[in-house]
Amino acid sequence: MKNFQFLFEAWMAVWAVFLVYEFSVARRVARLRDEIDHLKQQLGDG
Amino acid sequence: MKGRLTITALVAFLLFFAGYAALFIAPDERTMHEIQRVFYVHLPLWAAMYSALVVAFISNIGWLATRKPMWDWLAVSAVEVGVVCCTGGLITGVLWGRPAWGIWWTWDARLTTAFILWLLYISYLLLRGLLEDPQRRATLSAVFGIFAFLDAPLVYAANRLWRTQHPAPVIFGDANSGLDPTMGKVLVACIAAMLAVMVLVLVDRYRLERLRYEVDELRLAADARAADSNSATARSPR
Repeated sequence: MKNFQFLFEAWMAVWAVFLVYEFSVARRVARLRDEIDHLKQQLGDG
Repeated sequence: MKGRLTITALVAFLLFFAGYAALFIAPDERTMHEIQRVFYVHLPLWAAMYSALVVAFISNIGWLATRKPMWDWLAVSAVEVGVVCCTGGLITGVLWGRPAWGIWWTWDARLTTAFILWLLYISYLLLRGLLEDPQRRATLSAVFGIFAFLDAPLVYAANRLWRTQHPAPVIFGDANSGLDPTMGKVLVACIAAMLAVMVLVLVDRYRLERLRYEVDELRLAADARAADSNSATARSPR
């Protein structure tokens, strides 16, 4: 099992890349939803 | 929301099953042993990347033909997800190459064309960031996206056309290529799982782009409202 470390790192790296990306998408979606709420409120007040 | 949760749970189950099969069901490869199991994540990543880039390519043509914003949203979403898969494919390749070949990287035809593909689509995303006008941004990036896609078949064909450090293809290769039947079934499960993940992420990314468009529309409406009220104030008698 001398190469198990490389196998583990490869699998972990892939899921880390996907998780970081999915987290960044979720954060951007949340920010846009906040902005939409703010703009709708602004237009409603006007 | 419930449907989305069900689909996510199904994909998670498929991923778990594929991961288990890759680590415990697939037979040991004779020369590389356990490190060969990187194959069950490496090849599915490239399959997912090609699928995403084909979606982007079709969407780029769709935008140029119809000018409907949904094509532009789909194109940028698919490119971003394709870049994520390509990044994963390159990382797993490097981590597989070190124990298998004794080197992390080499500039052979397959690896070089794959790296150029990654750079091209990174450039696509950077180009979009530089252009303010949405119509111009969509058109220029669609043209660039079609140009970038020309490298994708070259990456696929590189180890078929030239001698490379990267091994010859085991699927759709020459007469001596092929996979053990159990390895083949496990690989199909892994490709299905990775494609399912790619589609889920793509749907999320598309939703983000649609929201961005909604924000732009609302900003325009807010600006128009502000301009109207300013001109009304200027016209009113003092």
